[in-house]
Amino acid sequence: MSGWAIPAAICLGLAAGVLSGVFGVGGGILFVPTLLLLGLGQVEASATSLLAIVPTAATGVVRQRAYGNLRPRPALVIGAVSIVGAEIGVQLATRLDEDVIRRAFGVLLVAVAARLAFGVARERRRYPDVS
Amino acid sequence: MIARLALIGLVAGVFSAVFGVGGGIVVVPLLISLVEMPTHAAAATSLGAILVTATAGALLYAARGEVRWGYALLIGLPAVVGAVAGTHVQQRLSGRTLTLAFAALLAVIGIRLVVL
Repeated sequence: MSGWAIPAAICLGLAAGVLSGVFGVGGGILFVPTLLLLGLGQVEASATSLLAIVPTAATGVVRQRAYGNLRPRPALVIGAVSIVGAEIGVQLATRLDEDVIRRAFGVLLVAVAARLAFGVARERRRYPDVS
Repeated sequence: MIARLALIGLVAGVFSAVFGVGGGIVVVPLLISLVEMPTHAAAATSLGAILVTATAGALLYAARGEVRWGYALLIGLPAVVGAVAGTHVQQRLSGRTLTLAFAALLAVIGIRLVVL
């Protein structure tokens, strides 16, 4: 590992935590590329990213609970069912063309993004005084 | 309500297994649009769901010896500090600003998935 790799990993870890706290995501989107950069293989990187997500998400949960934003029961239901969903996803990934599903999901995400943005714009027209 | 939550969990699980990105990126918008949760609550609840899923996944991988503990600490410890800062910043953002920022993040990731 070269000299800049560790400081770079620390900075990217910090950035992943900020992303996680602001948006409610796990941070894997930055963790995995960081670990690949450090020379880990794809499976090791995914596995290690999951472990790093645990304290990151736990910290966010504790903070959000204090702020009164956490809804524990929906969180448990979604978390538990998504373990089942991941099993289905593994089966799907081995059977379908990965490039095709990746692009399809990409298009879906852009569509969802547009929907969220239009939702905000519509609300603003309806309730222009509320900031 | 419970059926919609289960559906969100299912989609998140499939998504994370196929793309290796966490379910949070789909859980937040689905909580906003399917169960009409406010954005801040959706982000908080998404983190709770991720905590459950990531713990299960990390245990499974650890049992197979595929987790590199030192590297997890190297990125996980700074991320804990970042998460405290991130949630603090989030409390200062309005629901609208947060939703728009999230939409921008989604669009970037979506475009990356399409062109990569």
